Amino acid sequence: MKKLLIKNARVLSPEDGIDEILDIVIRDRKIEKIGKRLTGDETMDMAGLVVCPGFIDMHVHLREPGYEEKETVYTGTKAGLRGGFIALACMANTKPVADNRATLEFILNQNQKAGFLKLYPIGAVTKGQKGEELAEIADIYAAGAVAISDDGKGINSCAIMRRALEYNKMFHGPLIVHAEEQTLAKDGMMNEGLVASLLGFHGIPREAEDVIVARDLELIASTDSSVHFAHVSTLRSTALIREAKKKGLPVSAEVTPHHLLLTDTAVKSFDTNTKVNPPLRTLNDIEALCEGLRDGTIDAIASDHAPHTFEDKDCEYSFAPFGISGVETSVPLMLTYIVKKGVLTLGDFVRKVSVNPAKILHLPLGTIREGTEANLTVLDLEASGEVDPEIFLSKGRNTPFKGWKYTGRAVYAIVDGRVNKIG
Amino acid sequence: MMEKGLHDIENLTREDLELVLQTSDTFLEICTRKVKKIPTLRGKTICLFFIEPSTRTRISFEIAAKRMSADVINFTASTSSLQKGESLTDTVKTIMAMGVDLFVLRHSAPGSSRKVEQVAGVPVINGGDGPHAHPTQAMLDLYTIYRHKKKFQDLKVAIIGDIFHSRVARSNIFSLTKMGVDVTLCGPPTLIPKEIEKLGVRVTYSVEDACRNADVIMCLRMQLERQQSGLFPSMREYIQLFRIDDRRFALAKDDAIIMHPGPMNRGIEITPEIAYHPRSVIEEQVTNGVAVRMALFYLLLGRGNEEITD
Repeated sequence: MKKLLIKNARVLSPEDGIDEILDIVIRDRKIEKIGKRLTGDETMDMAGLVVCPGFIDMHVHLREPGYEEKETVYTGTKAGLRGGFIALACMANTKPVADNRATLEFILNQNQKAGFLKLYPIGAVTKGQKGEELAEIADIYAAGAVAISDDGKGINSCAIMRRALEYNKMFHGPLIVHAEEQTLAKDGMMNEGLVASLLGFHGIPREAEDVIVARDLELIASTDSSVHFAHVSTLRSTALIREAKKKGLPVSAEVTPHHLLLTDTAVKSFDTNTKVNPPLRTLNDIEALCEGLRDGTIDAIASDHAPHTFEDKDCEYSFAPFGISGVETSVPLMLTYIVKKGVLTLGDFVRKVSVNPAKILHLPLGTIREGTEANLTVLDLEASGEVDPEIFLSKGRNTPFKGWKYTGRAVYAIVDGRVNKIG
Repeated sequence: MMEKGLHDIENLTREDLELVLQTSDTFLEICTRKVKKIPTLRGKTICLFFIEPSTRTRISFEIAAKRMSADVINFTASTSSLQKGESLTDTVKTIMAMGVDLFVLRHSAPGSSRKVEQVAGVPVINGGDGPHAHPTQAMLDLYTIYRHKKKFQDLKVAIIGDIFHSRVARSNIFSLTKMGVDVTLCGPPTLIPKEIEKLGVRVTYSVEDACRNADVIMCLRMQLERQQSGLFPSMREYIQLFRIDDRRFALAKDDAIIMHPGPMNRGIEITPEIAYHPRSVIEEQVTNGVAVRMALFYLLLGRGNEEITD
């Protein structure tokens, strides 16, 4: 078996306390050796590059089965690899909903055929994501789910939510919450506030998120069941999660790049690519989210990759579906506008996209250790370019970031020892 | 002004609005002639693209266009391919393939006039896009106020009713505040848009407070269907709290005028006595609307074509 030598790279693994110029030898899918002046059969000189534990996007929508015109497991995972990820976790709002073993097995089977990266499906909490009856959660985990979520829809019933939390304690995955109180969010197109008032749109108030976060934190306290809050977008919910963590509750949270980089003023363009759920908020919220990232309240950055066809979004704002195709832009945008601007150090960023997602989903990833499978993301912090949706590998080209300049992106994604160069 | 089309008031300057007012004077004079027709838009085709029902706005635009000798196409959604599921983009492309110089769009979705302009590549006048904007209504309201008050400085205007769902209110807030008018909004808190005070207007929930010393009282149509959504408990209670009647109108200045964009729900937002009061200018608003729309057609399409009064 040939030994691949990665030479002269800055190896950065916060979980292992490594941040220095080192060599890595990969053999038979695994990291055989980490050290200085190592030798191998094939050498890749990675001087100037940063080797990190493989990145995980813990929140994507791959649309298959059911909406293959928007995305398939093949195109979505290929796009994920281009984005610098070695693993994705995909949500259950497919058609049929991934609330059963057959659908989950189908998704995993499609990924095996695609073969680009690791895919971890998330099963539904309730049958058909209707928020009424629990799905067969044990069977969902047995089929390979790493968590359960009704993402895309909030679970309005307190009783169902409590029951789901209680039942989910038997299993290893968290319940991922889409915090949206549906009667408050009803008919909403964007953040409630001055901009919505000017544009004449029904707003989605912050309270639609905040009351569910508050409710669920109460329910977690009484059930001692773990919850992960998806796409946190408000100042208040960040504060609530911070308090809960201080109390030691089993809670984690993620934020998306678009909620960190765009405010609701972007909607003034009436560009349907700014229509997301939860909606783009305000500068106050962004500052709170950044603070939450810095102090550890928010554990992860995830893209909430939500691809749609051109036709889906080529319509009046009111009629467009929610979502941004984000898996290919997440890493370059975060490196440029979060790491380079000093919101996070590079090491902390790696925690948010690798170490913590691995911990939250209980995946054997997020580290660079001898003897473990070689799953690595390699960054070139100087590579510059601009976001061009025309070259996306995702079927979804729905991005509000078209033309945004970046400096820094992933240049290799190494999946189980297989090196993928990212063009 | 209005590089291409007219989508909202927010992006116009005070000078733009003054130009429209001045130009409207000329066209109002034309509307009083025996033969109300000029050749300014001869050879131009205007599409009245009305995806949402409308009477006065559509007819007003149609009369304005015809008085200027434009060819007018009337498009109504109920008889169109949009009913068959065709997208707005494709419908507009189809119409453009037949040659249109300007669209007037009425649509339920905010921002749709910009969308049509992107696809069509010709000017679009927003004839009302959901609760977002109704710039020509704001201009005709401004013109009507000006004809009565001859100034804007130090005027107090009260806008009363369902502000939340009103494109007329939104556009009027921008046009009036740009001209230096003191604007007060009044309605139940559930019908006042969030953070609207940031636009430099005052909000009150007391209709007496709003009417006191006002130069202009602008009533808005209560959209009866809103009652179903529970934004206020009952029409009875709404009438008690917000209807403009003799007693409330008497709180305004002695020469105050009463306005309403129509269609009116007589007896709900306004009593019949006030609707037909000597100082009601509601019908005059309609007349002025034609002149203002002619002025806009001229400014967007007719300048350089021929002399106005040929």
